[in-house]
Amino acid sequence: MRRLLFFFFLSLFVFNSNSNENKPSDIQTEQRIRQLSEKLRCLVCQNQSLADSGAELAGDLRRQLHEQVAAGRSDGEIIEFMVQRYGDFVLYEPPFKPTTLLLWIGPFVLLAAAALGLVVTLRRRRREPEEPVLGAEDRHLVERVLGPAAAPRERDGSAR
Amino acid sequence: MKRFLWPLAIFILLVGFLAVGLRLDPREVPSPLVGKPAPAFELPVLHQPDKRFVPGDMRGKVWLLNVWASWCVSCREEHPVLVELSKRGVLPILGLNYKDKGDEATAWLQRFGNPYQLSVVDADGRIGIDYGVYGVPETYLIDAEGVIRYKQIGPLTQVVLEQKVLPMVKALQK
Repeated sequence: MRRLLFFFFLSLFVFNSNSNENKPSDIQTEQRIRQLSEKLRCLVCQNQSLADSGAELAGDLRRQLHEQVAAGRSDGEIIEFMVQRYGDFVLYEPPFKPTTLLLWIGPFVLLAAAALGLVVTLRRRRREPEEPVLGAEDRHLVERVLGPAAAPRERDGSAR
Repeated sequence: MKRFLWPLAIFILLVGFLAVGLRLDPREVPSPLVGKPAPAFELPVLHQPDKRFVPGDMRGKVWLLNVWASWCVSCREEHPVLVELSKRGVLPILGLNYKDKGDEATAWLQRFGNPYQLSVVDADGRIGIDYGVYGVPETYLIDAEGVIRYKQIGPLTQVVLEQKVLPMVKALQK
């Protein structure tokens, strides 16, 4: 009798958990909550998302997500709820607005500036003559060190 | 000589940015609540659980709302500053006892002194979320209209109190 009861309750438990997990809407909600919590930053350990963080506050905020999703709020409304309380900082992807303009377009501006610099340098280099022309003063200096320009042959002979 | 001028200028600029960045505290997230009405709540009072408190009760007064907990180490560091401030009677200090146990909270106050006119109990941290609390202690300066004027993240020190909070209190109390 006792064993029968045990199996009865066990089956209740198994069936119950099964029926819960198999509801497609539940899986969808779980996925939605998961996606939302990956978009939101945990304020306590700032380089983790709400989904990954083990901080107590992250747990509380995940509970908020669950409740609000259950209450039928849209993703936009839930994100707005978080931003109202914690500022744009909770968002992993900062919104595009005047104060974040540099953040969003800065890398592209830098890239464009670097490309422009490269083009200008290459062009200038191409225009420059391959062999530098010696000025009269340089030529004089060379002659003083190496001897007169016509000298090499004579010097060759004298060395032997 | 001239070709080194540009890299030098960029280097100095970069050093400037990094120097400013080093001085910023990444833990201090600017609160979007400053300048906005303090979120409403209705919570039981710590020492009189049958009594309830709403922020509207403080209308017409400039007051501090200090979020604290007996498990919070920095709160203990901050506590003497609050006790001292309460003795000066400059403005009422109210406590939001955040995710704490009632008996531990009252024992903590008995041991370290109670600077609060009263403390309200936010056992599950819901009101904390409404106030954007993410690291206890946090302190809010709320004006006579019920608008949050300043938020201190982390312990309130004597320096912050004298240089930032009290001048604001003085200006708001006029």
